[in-house]
Amino acid sequence: MTETTAEGTGTAFAAARRQNSIARKVRTITKLVIHVALIGGGFAVLIPFFWMLSSSLKPDWEIFQIPPTWIPEEPLWQNYAIVLTGERPDAEGSRAGQGWSFLGFMWNTAYVTFWVLVGRLLTASLAAYGFARLRFPGRNVLFITMLTTMMVPGHVTMIPLYIIFKNLNTLDTYWPLALPVWFGGGAFFIFLLRQFINSIPSDYDDAARIDGCSWLGVYWRIILPMIKPALGAVAIFSFMASWNDFMGPLIYLSSMDKYTISIGLHFFRSVASPAARPLWNLVMAASLVAMVPPLLLFFFAQRYYIQGIVVSGIKG
Amino acid sequence: MNTLAADRQVSAAGTRRFGMGLLARREAMVGYIAIAPWFIGFVAFELGPLLTSLYLSLTKFDVLTDPKWVGLKNWNKMLFNDPLVWHSLKVTAIYSVGAVALGLVLGLGLALLLNQDVGGLSFYRTVFYTPAVVSGAAVAMMWLLLLNPEAGVINRLLELVGIPGPAWLFDRQWALPAFILMSIWGIGGGMVLYLAALQGVPTELYDAAMIDGAGPWPKLWFVTLPMISPVIFFNLVMGIIGSFQVFTSAFIMTKGGPANATYFFVLGIYLNAFEFLKMGYASALAWMLAVIILVLTLVAFRSSGRWVHYEGQVR
Repeated sequence: MTETTAEGTGTAFAAARRQNSIARKVRTITKLVIHVALIGGGFAVLIPFFWMLSSSLKPDWEIFQIPPTWIPEEPLWQNYAIVLTGERPDAEGSRAGQGWSFLGFMWNTAYVTFWVLVGRLLTASLAAYGFARLRFPGRNVLFITMLTTMMVPGHVTMIPLYIIFKNLNTLDTYWPLALPVWFGGGAFFIFLLRQFINSIPSDYDDAARIDGCSWLGVYWRIILPMIKPALGAVAIFSFMASWNDFMGPLIYLSSMDKYTISIGLHFFRSVASPAARPLWNLVMAASLVAMVPPLLLFFFAQRYYIQGIVVSGIKG
Repeated sequence: MNTLAADRQVSAAGTRRFGMGLLARREAMVGYIAIAPWFIGFVAFELGPLLTSLYLSLTKFDVLTDPKWVGLKNWNKMLFNDPLVWHSLKVTAIYSVGAVALGLVLGLGLALLLNQDVGGLSFYRTVFYTPAVVSGAAVAMMWLLLLNPEAGVINRLLELVGIPGPAWLFDRQWALPAFILMSIWGIGGGMVLYLAALQGVPTELYDAAMIDGAGPWPKLWFVTLPMISPVIFFNLVMGIIGSFQVFTSAFIMTKGGPANATYFFVLGIYLNAFEFLKMGYASALAWMLAVIILVLTLVAFRSSGRWVHYEGQVR
């Protein structure tokens, strides 16, 4: 009697164990399938970068070679020297002395990006502080007005802005690209910062006020240091937007020595290539150079970055 | 609310009856100073240009000479006599539907896979997000080469599996799909948002569903999707708005060709304004874009009540 029970429970255990191990196997296989899918997707994402890198190191003839080479037979690092300095070591088809160099374009882009960034951080945070913390008649109406402007696409104001800057005699300068940003830095960023400021208890302001700090002192000494993470997110997005901006420079910049990198790339492919068709190896080297600063920023500030995206909903 | 803030409110209400007190007036003063840069910018670079643009849409204007009043001529031409406008709307809409729908399905799918706790999350996330970091002219250049029928890797890979690749950007049929393909490459941006939303779904909901006997699919359908529907909705709206503003890639890669197959709407605005110098007509087009975006946004918000679930919302 007791024996049979023991035997019964024994087989039940065995069955359960078998079922358990089947479940575990299913789980392992599912995991494996998921990994395979993710790795496949990862390759699909990275192959374009790899192809660009590989092409940038090939001589021109190798790019159109059939069958294609995945890794160039002899990597031509000098392609990068050519696009960065604008000078070709060999005299044939030389564009030396024509005034373009991607180092120059990068410098121009960095210059614009910097002034846009400073203007945006200062004025957007100031406006955000005003909307979040200070009480004045008409605040809510103005705030809603500001939110409404987020819905207006920039293309509607593009032509009148062009006329304004033409009348100000600032075409072919960086003023049209940077100046508007110094006036509030964009409704979206004000909104983002205001939300962040609202999440800080106002006891800090009150304490500082009681200690005799002025309202602007509260902004400078209390609020700004406390919203650093949000300012970081704003800075990242501002950097990306300026660095990659194409339409603005396309409309406003006309002389080559002022080109930003995106417009420099366009110019380089369509005009400056020494051959009748674009020299893809050089175009790819230049494009990769243009991608390096955003990529570096992403890899080094990744935590900030992902946080910023999640908080703000900007996809990059 | 703390007492000091409450006091403040009381005193604010008190002073309102007798006009503003000195302190309140000073606070208001600082408030106006704080928002002054924004306000000046709003008037000079938003409101003013907006109204100017509306005025210009009623004129013939080539920048070089003064605008000439033509009444509704531009609007009339745009709405009734310019097949290219409707064609460009069609192109933009097809792209929008393709890119947004595929972006939603694939981005969400990726996020769901990553959320299965299989390990390597942050590694995969970094890899898939990388394309979203780069954009603009450099990416357009990269895709020009990738899609090149002879030198591009895409047709090379298709050859490996025995499919003769199309001419992509040189082919009327395949140019627009090529742009959609390019947008899929950047789905990592949406994926990160979905992933954050998925990680925010309370686990007790899944436990409750499991006790009720729900398998993986019902869990996905009845728990996960409703819980992250606000994020899906947000991505949908932003995706549609963004896809109606494609410019850089179209300008660099095809300039609208071949045979206008990639004549995106904003490209039309730019070409009219800055290449054909028809600033008046371009202003009318820009207003049409603004209205379309406004309507799409409103429709989306209108419909959202029916399918978007907001936790904590009282119905």
